[in-house]
Amino acid sequence: MNFAASPVLELTLPVWRSRFLLYVFVAGFVLLLGRAVYLQGLNNDFLQAKGESRYSRVMEVPANRGRVLDRNGEALAISTPVKSIWAIPGEAHPGPRQLARLAALLEMPQTEIEKRLADTGRDFVFVKRQISPEAAERVAGLHIPGLFQNREYRRYYPSGDVMAHVLGFTGADDIGQEGVELAFQERLAGKPGSRRVIKDRLGQTVEDIESIKAAQDGNDLTLALDARIQNLAFSQLKAAVAQNRAKAGGVVVLDIESGELLALANFPTYNPNNRNKLAGTQLRNRAVTDTFEPGSTLKPFTIALALEAGRVRPESVIQTAPGTLSIGGATIRDAHVERSLTVAQVIQKSSNVGAAKIALGLSPESMWEMFRDVGFGSTPGLGFPGEAAGKVRPFRSWRPIEQATMSYGHGIAVSLVQLARAYSVFARDGELVPLSLVRVDAPPVGRRVMAPKTAAAVRAMLELAVNRDGTAPRAQIVGYRVAGKTGTAHKQENGAYAPDKYVSSFVGFAPASHPRLVVAVMIDEPSAGRYYGGTVAAPVFAQIMAGALRALDVAPDRQIQPIELPPEGQEVKESV
Amino acid sequence: MARLNLLLLLVLAVCALGLVTSQHRARRFFGELEQEQERSRQLGVEYGQLQLEASTWAVHARVERIASRQLHMRVPEAKRLQIARPAEAAK
Repeated sequence: MNFAASPVLELTLPVWRSRFLLYVFVAGFVLLLGRAVYLQGLNNDFLQAKGESRYSRVMEVPANRGRVLDRNGEALAISTPVKSIWAIPGEAHPGPRQLARLAALLEMPQTEIEKRLADTGRDFVFVKRQISPEAAERVAGLHIPGLFQNREYRRYYPSGDVMAHVLGFTGADDIGQEGVELAFQERLAGKPGSRRVIKDRLGQTVEDIESIKAAQDGNDLTLALDARIQNLAFSQLKAAVAQNRAKAGGVVVLDIESGELLALANFPTYNPNNRNKLAGTQLRNRAVTDTFEPGSTLKPFTIALALEAGRVRPESVIQTAPGTLSIGGATIRDAHVERSLTVAQVIQKSSNVGAAKIALGLSPESMWEMFRDVGFGSTPGLGFPGEAAGKVRPFRSWRPIEQATMSYGHGIAVSLVQLARAYSVFARDGELVPLSLVRVDAPPVGRRVMAPKTAAAVRAMLELAVNRDGTAPRAQIVGYRVAGKTGTAHKQENGAYAPDKYVSSFVGFAPASHPRLVVAVMIDEPSAGRYYGGTVAAPVFAQIMAGALRALDVAPDRQIQPIELPPEGQEVKESV
Repeated sequence: MARLNLLLLLVLAVCALGLVTSQHRARRFFGELEQEQERSRQLGVEYGQLQLEASTWAVHARVERIASRQLHMRVPEAKRLQIARPAEAAK
């Protein structure tokens, strides 16, 4: 058969049909080519991003919060990583056995977990926050779908309730909420970074592409606080509050040379590691945020002003008989009536009449200036959240009786920290020192508020108050000369003085020959029968001061001999 | 000409293999680096935990309790104290 002569080949088609097909194909190729150029060259961002998302991941680089250390490097607050367990309620369906194991591992009731997982209206629910990494690993071993883990940090405070008010605490997100943690949040907080990496099919990182942001650990913070002294102050305060059945109390210990806060204790307190049941009264950092009428602890300032103005000398005699003084219908009383006292004895015996008489010879303006100069009425500048400024009313509104009562610390409100700081003026030869919460390396420059001679004279008077014939024989310490002043004041309630509620305080420094520490003690509402500053607060002062001087290796400046106390019942009573 | 081309082909193959191995090694080293960094993080965490533990054991209240109850230590009385001053000691 001759195929070449096939009749099919005889058929001729029009040329345009094949041409047409050719054009169609060429047009198709051009279209594809254009699309390819568009996707590869002109508009490739979208696809590139899609591709990258297959292998590259942005990983968070965690950063630690800085530690808080005491002045000797003892750790007071440390963050360590913990895990949080969270779930997607709609997807987490643990079996009954898994649920029981989970409940045991998380130490929470099974019904509670079920309740949380049943909340299908939400995409995210915490099952339990902040569990130990070991427990988290075992939870992961249960392989419950829909249950995930998160890395978080938890802050621990080894010293517990002892330094709670100084350190404060952080919330669940490691952000400071109280105390030093809040005041130094910026410095302590770490800045988490992030980096872009390539991950393989198994989820392992195979290559670092770039560091988007370097992680920055928070800085450690070295406080001025001395853990030994803080512990001593706290345990003595706690014992004193219990013994006197008091409502509250506070202690402040300052280093006179550097202005550093060595200890600050409050009672009641709380355990920052376990803040489940926390009352507002426990949280309050009273020594810093609360003010009170200080009472007789302010007398030395009045006397100092009178000495400075040349109105009196330490040996000038003031008539105090008959132990009362009436000014404009109000009467000032002395608890311990003497016919006459020298100015030094006014301090030693804490005479209200004596102080008031001296104050009435001074101008209100100069008294107001003195109070302001030693730091009353302005915040002490420690940097704590909520520092109280106290209250010193403008002198123009003072009536004579008010001026008289202010001379012995009524009608004026100060915080314990302010009071301690003000006493540093006598201890530092008339200079007011700036306070510091953190350790300072160079001694700060003080501001002169009275002549060194005046400060020395008041110091000598304050030493008299702390001997057998003064109001605070119990503030004496074996081996050291002590200077200080008691304060006993009625508490104000609803604008009137409550007859049976007192604030007992003692502020003093030692060694008197070369002062090193100021210790201020305040006991709020002692109700076990005794309420004088000399019997309630002074013994606490002595214990803390003695221990602190020993801890700091301060050389004794007095013969070591047992301290002399007046016979029972013959103590000099302070005027309230 | 053909011989030169063959030689170049060989060189190319060697280079390509070299690239593959060095890439492989880079990945492996990177993995090791990652592991070591993770270990360093872990050790950092452990250091923090140990510090915490040390602080907890050294809590002053506990030390004081042990000193006074178990070791029967106490602060000496005033009359049993004697101060040695540096100046006197030098004589």
